[in-house]
Amino acid sequence: MLVLGPLGFTAPALLLALVALPILWLILRAIPPAPIQRRFPGVALLLGLQDDETQTDRTPLWLLLLRMAAVALVIAGFAGPVLNPQDSTQGTGPMLVLVDGTWADARDWDRKTARIDAALAEAGRAGRPAALVSLTDLPPGGLVFQSAEAIRTRLPGLTPKPWAPDPAAVADWAGGLDGAFDTLWLSDGLERDSRADLLSALEQRGSVTAFESARPVLGLRPVVFEDGLVTLTAVRAIAGPSRSVAITAHGRDPAGIERVLARADAEFARGETEAQVALSLPPELRNRVTRFEIEATRSAGAVTLTDDGLKRREVALLAGEDRGESLELLSPLHYLEQALVPTADLIEGTLSDIIMANPDAIILADVATFSEGEEAQLQDWIDRGGLLVRFAGPRLAASDVSRTELDPLMPVRLRSGGRSVGGAMSWGEPRGLRAFSESSPFFGLSVPQDVAVNAQVMAQPDPDLADRVVAALEDGTPLVTRRAIGDGQVILFHVTANAEWSTLPLSGLFVQMLERLAISTRSAAPDAAELAGTTWTADKVLDGFGAVQDAGTLPGVAGEDLAEAPLGPDLQPGIYVGPDRRIARNVLDAETRLVPVAWPARIPVEGLQTERETPLKGFALAAALVLLAVDLIASLALSGRLRGPRSTIAAALALGLILPLLSPPALQAQVGDGPQPDDGLALRATSEVVLGHVITGDNRLDQRAYDGLYGLGRALTARTAIEPAEPLSVNIETDELSFFPILYWPISVDQPLPSVEAYAKLNRYLRGGGMIVFDTRDADLGGFGNNSPEGRKLQALARPLDIPPLEPIPTDHVLTRAFYLLQDFPGRYASRDVWVEAAPADAQTIEGMPFRDLNDGVTPVIIGGNDWAGAWAAGRNGAPLYPVGRGGAGERQREIAMRFGINLVMHVLTGNYKSDQVHVPALLDRLGQ
Amino acid sequence: MNATLTDHAPTSAAEEAGQTGPRLRTRSEALAATLPPLLADASLLASTVVLGSHGRRRAGMGDEFWQYRPMGLGDEARQIDWRRSARSDQHFIKEKEWQAAQSVLIWVDDSQSMTFSGDKNRATKSDRARLLALAMSVLLVRGGERVGLSTIGQLPRSGPVQLMRIAEALTSNRASDDYGVPETRGLPFQSRAVFISDFMGDMAPFEAQLAKAADRGVRGALLQVIDPVEESFPFDGRTVFRSMGGTITHETLKAGDLRSRYTERLAERRERLRMLARQAGWQFDVHHTDASAQAALLWLYRATERVR
Repeated sequence: MLVLGPLGFTAPALLLALVALPILWLILRAIPPAPIQRRFPGVALLLGLQDDETQTDRTPLWLLLLRMAAVALVIAGFAGPVLNPQDSTQGTGPMLVLVDGTWADARDWDRKTARIDAALAEAGRAGRPAALVSLTDLPPGGLVFQSAEAIRTRLPGLTPKPWAPDPAAVADWAGGLDGAFDTLWLSDGLERDSRADLLSALEQRGSVTAFESARPVLGLRPVVFEDGLVTLTAVRAIAGPSRSVAITAHGRDPAGIERVLARADAEFARGETEAQVALSLPPELRNRVTRFEIEATRSAGAVTLTDDGLKRREVALLAGEDRGESLELLSPLHYLEQALVPTADLIEGTLSDIIMANPDAIILADVATFSEGEEAQLQDWIDRGGLLVRFAGPRLAASDVSRTELDPLMPVRLRSGGRSVGGAMSWGEPRGLRAFSESSPFFGLSVPQDVAVNAQVMAQPDPDLADRVVAALEDGTPLVTRRAIGDGQVILFHVTANAEWSTLPLSGLFVQMLERLAISTRSAAPDAAELAGTTWTADKVLDGFGAVQDAGTLPGVAGEDLAEAPLGPDLQPGIYVGPDRRIARNVLDAETRLVPVAWPARIPVEGLQTERETPLKGFALAAALVLLAVDLIASLALSGRLRGPRSTIAAALALGLILPLLSPPALQAQVGDGPQPDDGLALRATSEVVLGHVITGDNRLDQRAYDGLYGLGRALTARTAIEPAEPLSVNIETDELSFFPILYWPISVDQPLPSVEAYAKLNRYLRGGGMIVFDTRDADLGGFGNNSPEGRKLQALARPLDIPPLEPIPTDHVLTRAFYLLQDFPGRYASRDVWVEAAPADAQTIEGMPFRDLNDGVTPVIIGGNDWAGAWAAGRNGAPLYPVGRGGAGERQREIAMRFGINLVMHVLTGNYKSDQVHVPALLDRLGQ
Repeated sequence: MNATLTDHAPTSAAEEAGQTGPRLRTRSEALAATLPPLLADASLLASTVVLGSHGRRRAGMGDEFWQYRPMGLGDEARQIDWRRSARSDQHFIKEKEWQAAQSVLIWVDDSQSMTFSGDKNRATKSDRARLLALAMSVLLVRGGERVGLSTIGQLPRSGPVQLMRIAEALTSNRASDDYGVPETRGLPFQSRAVFISDFMGDMAPFEAQLAKAADRGVRGALLQVIDPVEESFPFDGRTVFRSMGGTITHETLKAGDLRSRYTERLAERRERLRMLARQAGWQFDVHHTDASAQAALLWLYRATERVR
């Protein structure tokens, strides 16, 4: 390779051809452009005229230079010019390819595998044995070198792991190295303690080359939820220029589809390695979030899973009685609210409202009885997994609930009366709490000495009472009992929820007990001591690329390990499920800092060079082509052949040459802007009542529909208070439909089926109270539902539509009397087969009423084949456009058709108003009394 | 003079062809192929011109009223206009304006140079010249004048049949000369003449013919029909120019340089033509083939009508 400054040539011998340029110069210079033969009568006037210049039979100098430059570029291009050529030196002996294989590698794993592949291929060509080792997945035993080709086949199996290398294992492995080999170390760019030792061990064996990607390492720390804000912290290894990263919250939407629920941008300030962004999410949304991730970064470090810490339970509170103007501190719910407000979302309201909201838990403070319906609802809710927590109180003590037999909403039977201890009128001291037994959910909570119980309701001793007690007083009387019902449970605190009967609500124990009962959740992650002795199973795990996967059958993890042990094959990042909660273990923790590797100066680092080797052959040849094209146009212009259409073609060619050289993004930026909603249409459609018809694509049919609606509009204006504006033609693919009270849709056989989006729009329109009149216009061929092409087309068109059951218009349908009294609904054809939404099955004729009390609302579709638009159609002068029937009878039919149209629009705009006339006799009757 | 707007020509052509016998059938078919379009174009063009008075501005035979004059000696009693005379004590005679048909001879250059067109979408100079000539003829025949075409070699006549003859002559084969020379055969004394050509050829024979015509007291109009390309000379580069017939060639290495000198020569030629016309009492005008034919027709009509 010949190197001249920053430029190198792979085939410098070809440059000798440049010597030929002067010869070319002489040849080109000697050949003038060929003359054009032209027939021209004015030649008689030209006779005797001499050319001024005699030089012009030579090629002009600038054109000559242009051609020389083109030829020179071709020669230089084929000589293989390379900008910033890099000499690749080949080593000998075995080669070790070492990969960190961590989550930080995953961000550009493809590039890394490509580099490994290239290195192995090179080693294979050089006949060097090679080995491929991933530090996160160290091979058992020592280093084994194989043929590079064999290693290459294993390359696709190499994946990054979502954890860091185990320092001890790495040190072991480094200690076991022997022999001489060169190393290519593909680093993930993060500094680790184990790195320096490993590097020195490798350097003893041979030369070490590092490869590092220039792409920044990004990570996301676990989410922090404080003061109603979800705070996310993104970190980066290298404090570079300011940069913004998008962080997205993923979770299931109400339909159960995984999607992005929220998005926020975190701004790294210049020189900062941390960027914070706080999100304020509504509880509904927040509870659905399963993970946050940095957008467009494929790495487990850029994903943080959320656990119960982010979730807030919905707890409904209901007190038995409102004591009017009693003191706040005496309110049965005061202490519960204080305990739950920081960690749960509270719902208040009537019991049936509460159950509708389907909370996680319902707390009833001294509520004794329910109505039958409420009881059934509550039972149903508990069966589905609800947690019902009841507190005793005077009302419960005074009631007969669960006395003789177990109440379905109580955990135990109660003895009447209850007891009070340590009061002024009783013996004994107020009782403290007994330590919690191992089977109790409260096990492990320390019992403060100052908790004392003055009064309580007493449980009937039953055979299964012992199983149901989860907390007891010192003397063994049950304080808290529970019973499982279906998927849920009922828990009874035998004391009040306020400080009236006991000091329990005043103590910290109360909050902890609520927590243990999973009524409330807390944001702080549990520490090792708390988790000691528990076993957790992985539910979901992250792979190195940050994708969430099912855990499968991974072995359980001890609680203390889960809290503190470093991540590894035995403790993969993911969601772990315990007895009553879920804990997320993420790749990054709250303190993680990303520190870039500082390679010693002696180690060459690939991938970070700012100057990349750039082959210029393509550019040189392309430039030569452009020059030759310019030369072509210039030669034509020079010889006078560039006239007329040729000049426009030449201009187009020149533009085509120049435009791609200009910035293509500027051109492409204009592409991709979707069609904007048309405000003009919205304004036109909503300023006045507008009838719309669906564009079928058949121009004549569309014109007929338009004329029909225009004629109907004239009739409406003349006869009724409805004064519609000019009708609009509606493209169901692009136009918003909700502006139109009624859409007239003539069926054309050639009409294309609407797109899925259009169908969604149509269904929304129908559900939102819109009406579509389908007209197959084939009633002259037979009744509706026959096998006419339009009928079949209608079936195909309407199949995806949300159309209710239909029936032929009954004689008492409101359409028969919305404005005119009608019994027939003819258009240009007079068929009685006109179908509307069926009346409800239970509609019955009431004695003495002319009409049934039919369905509310407006029929969403009317289907017929009478070609109503044809009968309504009128020109600008009001004259009908299409013949209807014959003579006077035909005119009568047109009139009835017009009346049907008026009834139709009336029905759409006034709904079942005329149906309410059913009640007029009854109203008159009452007024008379 | 009343203008007759009916167009007899196509029917009479058919009659003529039918009467002369089957042998002429093929010829008439060929003729009909080009005749009706040309004739129709010409009629259409002629219909855009509103006929003005064509009177002689003196009393004579005619339809239009000229003046009342007192009855004099030698006037016949039947000439008295009784309506006018009853209003006074004198007898008046109503005189009409003298309306004599005039003879117009048209010469259309049919040489090779007229077949040039600078653009394939533009009609050739010859097409435009023939159209103008025929439209002029239609107009004149409608006005009751006698029209003739110099190539027919007959005295000017009037009537639709003459139109057919002119049309036929215009669509017949053309001369192979490079440049044309006006024909003054059959040019009656004191008549009118119209020369339509590009006047690109040698000026000497033309001048001779013009002088001959002027000697006979003939007045008329010269219309130079010219293509815009001939006017602007938009050529560049090394070019060999060749006349339409191929008899004259001129080679240049840089056509663009000749432009100014060419246009100079063209203007010179035009100035000479204008001067010649003035000397002979003729009118001269230039018509470009990309311009409207109507304006040229109007100019031609006014030029032949002018009375001195």
